[in-house]
Amino acid sequence: MAEAARARPKPTPETQHFWDGTQAGELRLQRCDACAHVYFPPRPFCPSCASRKVSVFKASGMGRLYSYVINHRPAAPGFTPPYSIAVVELDEGPRMMSNIVDCPQTPEALELDMRLEVKFEKLDDKITLPLFRPARG
Amino acid sequence: MRRNQVAVVGAAETTELGVIPNMSQIQLHADAALNAIADAGLKLSDIDGFATAVETPQQVCHYLGITPTWVDGTSVGGCSFMLHVRHAAAAIETGLCNTVLITHAESGKSMIGKQLRATPPDSLNGQFEAPFGVYGPPSMFPIPVLRYMKTYGITHEQLAMVAVVQREWAAKNPRATMKEPITVADVLNSRMIAYPFRLLQCCLVTDGGGALILTSADRAKDFPQKPVYILGTGESVETPLVSQMETFSSSRAFKVAGPLAFKEAGITHGDVDHLMIYDAFAHLPLFGLGDLGFMPHEETGKFIADGNTRPGAKLPLNTNGGGLSYMHSGMYGMYALQESVRQMRGIAPAQVPNARISVCHGVGGMFAASGTIIFTNERQ
Repeated sequence: MAEAARARPKPTPETQHFWDGTQAGELRLQRCDACAHVYFPPRPFCPSCASRKVSVFKASGMGRLYSYVINHRPAAPGFTPPYSIAVVELDEGPRMMSNIVDCPQTPEALELDMRLEVKFEKLDDKITLPLFRPARG
Repeated sequence: MRRNQVAVVGAAETTELGVIPNMSQIQLHADAALNAIADAGLKLSDIDGFATAVETPQQVCHYLGITPTWVDGTSVGGCSFMLHVRHAAAAIETGLCNTVLITHAESGKSMIGKQLRATPPDSLNGQFEAPFGVYGPPSMFPIPVLRYMKTYGITHEQLAMVAVVQREWAAKNPRATMKEPITVADVLNSRMIAYPFRLLQCCLVTDGGGALILTSADRAKDFPQKPVYILGTGESVETPLVSQMETFSSSRAFKVAGPLAFKEAGITHGDVDHLMIYDAFAHLPLFGLGDLGFMPHEETGKFIADGNTRPGAKLPLNTNGGGLSYMHSGMYGMYALQESVRQMRGIAPAQVPNARISVCHGVGGMFAASGTIIFTNERQ
């Protein structure tokens, strides 16, 4: 029996630039041209001031660990427990859900506020996910 | 909305709670509705307003044989029924209908006639949360906990005490699913579900349902049961994405709904005799105590750990045993409302002596929505 696969995102017209970005090795956010608010998830208007004049830009890919769980059960298809489900606060301000990889999945290794950097994980030819790992250097 | 213009005149749960393998979800709705109708001394044909969540109003109305002139299908998760009470009170006061039936039922354990909740891969949840391994509420609801603990200095032992104290209440309730006493050590040694939470800090999974009947306070005095008046109400929503909450140190939906209800009721926290805070997981009572303004968040863990919410203490909280020990079919808000009504009628298994004001606070989704209802058994 084939192993069940990880849930695969399906881009919409409003989010396509984000998923094109991860494929190109860039973490893309949006900034309002009117009020400079930086926001996520993607949408073609500013959720702070409602302006439709917004720009896509390449974020630093750096952030800190805001909070997380280490999931034991039930495990999602495509995951081997225990695995972290984290919320990363990006240096640019917005937060996003991700997984912390390349480190033990333990409370000792996963310290709140630790510095993180994005690591792109190719799921298939069309989708690359933004995961995070402890920042190096 | 004006105070005490609408009252609960019928309230009942399904005949059985727990594991009900001989009833589908729609029949659980009907079982609860028929029990509430009997409780109120009414006939189904007396009902002219109807509200429910998950199932559509047309499904349940057709099944019961009701022809309403007002319907509400607000479905924002487990606190939907708090919002129904608020909307029904407004509808009755403005004359859109006279007698409202609100039903909830879920075949959460036996899964008979229950539609699975799917996350479309092109929804925001499907794109920005599902790919990272969230899988049901236990993997999502506790995500803010570690940040909340760090911000306010809350300990694992304090969060374990939430489950311990609620089990003390459940021990007094013959209908509670779990009644055996537990200790902090039992909680902290129970099976890990999603660190930092273990099995005994997560709600039960059961079958059941409940129904409420509301009418104007003027009519309520002619009903067989002691009327329970709606003193104040509040509601709000924030986000379906737990990762996108404004902060993990607080719930914006709680902070809007709770104070709105207190303001409308015209009461202070010292007036509250009885409190229900929807406890799908052990951190919710802490968020509730802080966001509803009972105390600073820093004090919530110690307040519960010191025993201030246990039987006989100054702030009786989750007196049916809560979602952790009483029952949790998936949308627990209805059962919190039922317990508030029982306490105001004076018939709860663990009755708070002379309770006059009950605050019932609900959560929907993973902090996605909130509704607060304040009840009283005194018209003036």
